Amino acid sequence: MPSPPPTDDHMIVPASRKAAHRGIRNRALTIGMSVVPFGLSFGAVSVETHLSLLQVCLLSLVLFSGASQFALVSVISGGGSYLSAVGTALLLGARNGLYGVRINALFHPRGWRRLLMAETTIDESTAMAVSEATSGYALRAFWMTALSVYVLWNLSTIAGALVGNALGSPATAGLDAAGPAAFTALLAPRLTSRAMRFVALASGAIALATVPFVPVGAPILIGGLSAVALLLVIDR
Amino acid sequence: MKLWLAVVIASLGCAALKLSGYVVPSRFVESPMARRLLEALPVTLLSALIAVSSFASGSHLLLDSRAAGLAVALILVAVRAPFLLVVVAACATAAGVHALHP
Repeated sequence: MPSPPPTDDHMIVPASRKAAHRGIRNRALTIGMSVVPFGLSFGAVSVETHLSLLQVCLLSLVLFSGASQFALVSVISGGGSYLSAVGTALLLGARNGLYGVRINALFHPRGWRRLLMAETTIDESTAMAVSEATSGYALRAFWMTALSVYVLWNLSTIAGALVGNALGSPATAGLDAAGPAAFTALLAPRLTSRAMRFVALASGAIALATVPFVPVGAPILIGGLSAVALLLVIDR
Repeated sequence: MKLWLAVVIASLGCAALKLSGYVVPSRFVESPMARRLLEALPVTLLSALIAVSSFASGSHLLLDSRAAGLAVALILVAVRAPFLLVVVAACATAAGVHALHP
């Protein structure tokens, strides 16, 4: 539980609390809106890859992690095996476990709240909660962001799938560039150090080098995992 | 049927990974090496995904309209353009190049 906001001045506190709540609500909405283009592209690319609307919805409702969802569809769309597609999605989703440790340390949820909190522990809700960790509004920040992103993500993926279905293949020429573009936008903010930039390049190079020799889909896992191993070696 | 299985396993697996942070002893996940690994995995996997989905076609390397789309995406991401613009411009470029060189 977050500590209550400071209460030494009874005349000012309600107003400042209201302002803080409004600020959090607005930021949560802004963050939610920012996932809409990503959801639209994911929905459209998914139906182009012959996923049904129901499958798209299940991914957004249960998997609920944009990078993993898009990776799953991208590997399948490239002709990779379902095993390599699922493997890539799971490895990309592993970071949410790390976020869970941080969020659990902040709030220690129990029972159904823990399940709900775990399911909505993603990049956005974690970042918001951590940024409010000392303000006393961390719990509100987490839930508002989680709700906003969950609702808008699901609505936008459905909309993207419906639009993709309606337009059909001819109009979606060029859609095979949506995956690489989306992944680039997701990758850029994570290139925070020279080591990260180096392993990113190494991973791409290793993946491409193995393309002619291993089953389709495997190069992503091989590049990704060997570059992480490389990083652990560099760290020593 | 296999596609359904992939969708269900990926969904439940990723949900379980999220929950794992709440139930696995934190000293295990919070060890410096595990943290480093979990932070680097998205970087390397996203990079491999970009490379393969831009330059591979099945088991062949192929330079086609997707590369033009990626080039535009890289430039727009570098100048911090909004996500929608990055994706739309990349797709439009790829579609344009594809129309010129089918």
